Amino acid sequence: MLYFSPWKTGTIIAVILIGILFMLPNFVPAGQRVDAAGEPVGVWQTLPHQTVNLGLDLRGGSHLVFEVDMEQVREERLENLVGDIRAALVDAPIIPASRPAVVGDQVVVRLSRPADMEEALSRLDDVNEPITTASGGQSFQNTLEITADPDGRTIRASITEAAFEAIQSRTVQQSIEVIRRRIDSTGTTEPNIARQGADRVLVQVPGEDDPQRIIAVVGTTARMSFHMVEANVDPGPDGQGRTPPGVSIFPTEEPGEPYLAVQTRSLVTGEQLTRASSTYDENGAPAVAFTFNQAGARAFGDATAGNVGRRFAIVLDDVIISAPRIISPILGGSGQITGNFTPTASNDLANMLNAGALPAELTPVEQRTVGASLGQDSIERGQNAIAIGFALVIVFMLLAYGLFGLYATMALLVNVTLLIGALSGLQATLTLPGIAGIILTIGMAVDANVLIFERIREEYRQGRTVINAIEAGYDRAFAAILDANVTTFIAAVVLYLMGAGPVQGFAVTLGIGILTSVFTAFVFSRLLVATWVRLARPKTLAI
Amino acid sequence: MKLALVRFIPVDTDIPFIRVRFIAFVASILLMIASAGAFFGLGLNFGIDFRGGTLIEISTETAIELNDIRDTLDQLPLGDVQVQAFGGDDNAVLIRAETLDAAGGVAVLERAAQIGLAMPQNVVNRGSEDDEAAQQVVSAAVRAALDAEFAEVDYRRIEVVGPQVSGELVVAGTTAVVIALVLMLVYIWFRFEWQYSVGAVLALTHDVIATIGFFAITQLEFNLSTIAAILTIVGYSMNDTVVVYDRIREKFRKYKTRDTAEVLNMAINKTLSRTILTSGTTLVAIIAMAVIGGPALEGFALALIWGVMIGTYSSIFVAAPLLTLTGVKRESGEDGAAAFVDNAP
Repeated sequence: MLYFSPWKTGTIIAVILIGILFMLPNFVPAGQRVDAAGEPVGVWQTLPHQTVNLGLDLRGGSHLVFEVDMEQVREERLENLVGDIRAALVDAPIIPASRPAVVGDQVVVRLSRPADMEEALSRLDDVNEPITTASGGQSFQNTLEITADPDGRTIRASITEAAFEAIQSRTVQQSIEVIRRRIDSTGTTEPNIARQGADRVLVQVPGEDDPQRIIAVVGTTARMSFHMVEANVDPGPDGQGRTPPGVSIFPTEEPGEPYLAVQTRSLVTGEQLTRASSTYDENGAPAVAFTFNQAGARAFGDATAGNVGRRFAIVLDDVIISAPRIISPILGGSGQITGNFTPTASNDLANMLNAGALPAELTPVEQRTVGASLGQDSIERGQNAIAIGFALVIVFMLLAYGLFGLYATMALLVNVTLLIGALSGLQATLTLPGIAGIILTIGMAVDANVLIFERIREEYRQGRTVINAIEAGYDRAFAAILDANVTTFIAAVVLYLMGAGPVQGFAVTLGIGILTSVFTAFVFSRLLVATWVRLARPKTLAI
Repeated sequence: MKLALVRFIPVDTDIPFIRVRFIAFVASILLMIASAGAFFGLGLNFGIDFRGGTLIEISTETAIELNDIRDTLDQLPLGDVQVQAFGGDDNAVLIRAETLDAAGGVAVLERAAQIGLAMPQNVVNRGSEDDEAAQQVVSAAVRAALDAEFAEVDYRRIEVVGPQVSGELVVAGTTAVVIALVLMLVYIWFRFEWQYSVGAVLALTHDVIATIGFFAITQLEFNLSTIAAILTIVGYSMNDTVVVYDRIREKFRKYKTRDTAEVLNMAINKTLSRTILTSGTTLVAIIAMAVIGGPALEGFALALIWGVMIGTYSSIFVAAPLLTLTGVKRESGEDGAAAFVDNAP
């Protein structure tokens, strides 16, 4: 146990040196290490240059979890299915049937003549397409489950679970892409946008201390459409007025007009926009300028030409943001929206229109924001707690074990070096609970050394020689060290797998700390003790 | 010059731990009953992770009277709002608001419009949609109200956890603790024997219940970090127990004819010095965290301090003595772990 071959010694020293190399960047100011773009400069181009990746709770920023409204998507799909089924049945020769209706999770249609069943099912089979997977490929399974009731007249169609999961995956994926484009366009650096669970999206934005701004950017579906206002329909004071078919009532942001009735059919939609930008109108108020594509420009031109003097409404996510009067036909395919905008809001809206509409509504379900000042505060307190905790443990070890305590201290020093080096190298995220994990590791890491030293002490007092006692100490303590650390490691792994955000950070430092402490206690401190035994050839053991 | 080493405990103790095991069992059972009583009687002070709601920490250049903040927020129908000073420096104030349902959100929106608060447009548009949206109304309204009343409010922390997420976190937290316990049971079973793993897991369950009782009695906030603390305590206590068990197994092989209680006692005494030292170093480190780490780490550190003490106690007074009841097999020299130690050079 006390003999180390030169290559083994070399490996141990190499591991420590590598740890030091990875830890080093944390002590060099960013200005000397990397340029403005984060690329390493000078000597750092060949050395590891990454520092510990601080979590949002330490550097400040917003962490939000949004839920994609899949119920809304399901409803839309079923509505589309109603249209598809109707179209399939009215194809010549017409199959007489009731109007298809959504009942729960199914679309139900009743045929007038049971004799048409076979033909109807065969037509609906054409509506039933293979599932498009999230990657864009096609699956062998179909999207719909189509069944005929025993009465021989009723057909039920529903979206299969597998198809719905594929739709969900695609919806979440598309949402992530749209969110990324939107957040990128606000000029934010290093946002982290990722899927979480089946129907959630995690958005982390460092440095943003106003979560409402992110919610405004992400939580807005940005489905925009232009509709003619129906001036003859009274929306009522609370938006509950009677509406003829084809007319809808929406709330407005126009002062003095809480609700307006508009034609349900849109003139043009946001999908026909090619470009939007924030600007100012002739009165200097913030506005959003937009340009339609060719089809959009033609449709909008025709509509405005035929309705000069009437008003049209710009509806954004079921709210009328503006309802201007048409003074002259708008033929060029471009125009501007003047609403009640702040400059930030007009900018955000332009960005959202450019990034495209979200495929479904996103609702914030969790939000954690930390201001930069609190983060800095936490870092300082954490560093102090680490330093003081470290000093206390050292004092404790020196008092208890003297020279061996010194070896344990050196092992602890290497341990923290490796831990910080590993965090930097792996780019694991250090959170405030992560700092707690480091402090805890410092306290617990000496355990392996304590086990060994106690055992050496015990063996020595039983009359073994110095070398024998040390050999036996390391030897016999090994099983206990292994078992003890595996159990703590299990706790860390479970915590990592089950935990969220900050708590995961704790699990990471605790887990890495266990690995490094086993290495430093069992390998590094043994090397130190072995070297001491070889050089000093002690006859007695002061332990 | 030669400095004498400090002996934190005397050499070669022979404390009759096993003889007092029934006293310890009674003490532990009383502790369990007290914990359960506190849990059901007082309940836990759940943080927003598990209860849902809004937490806002602010700081200001000049101190604001807490009552002024309360008066400002009382203008809004937010339900139960707690306002407390936090941490002493920077005039930090912690504001907690409970979960509102959709109707509550609408009421807050209407009131905010009446008193002319500048609410973000998207909150106004969507705030009445559902229970999740109502939570956004709360945080936005608190912010708007404070900004309207006081100058230069620094928002150090804003946390909003919706009702759905908080429910999931409760399940995830509980599952994590149970899975950890089961995995440890399996590991100890694999490395030792079932008698040991039953003893170890009973001891761990004892620690978990005692820690939950600690939170019920102190009314410290019970949140996600607390789950992390409980799992750490489980890991730590297990660590301690394994060391004692390891020695017990070794002593059983060495002294095949001696009385079980005597062997258990010997093993506990032999490892006592290590147990005390490791608890000592761990405790000084955590105490440093509790004192210096700031209010954010304080609750976590206090839980760990309690846990290290209870874990150390349970290894000595619960896990080891339980082996006298589970009837551990004496000829345990044949399993893999033991062979490993025996055959080592």
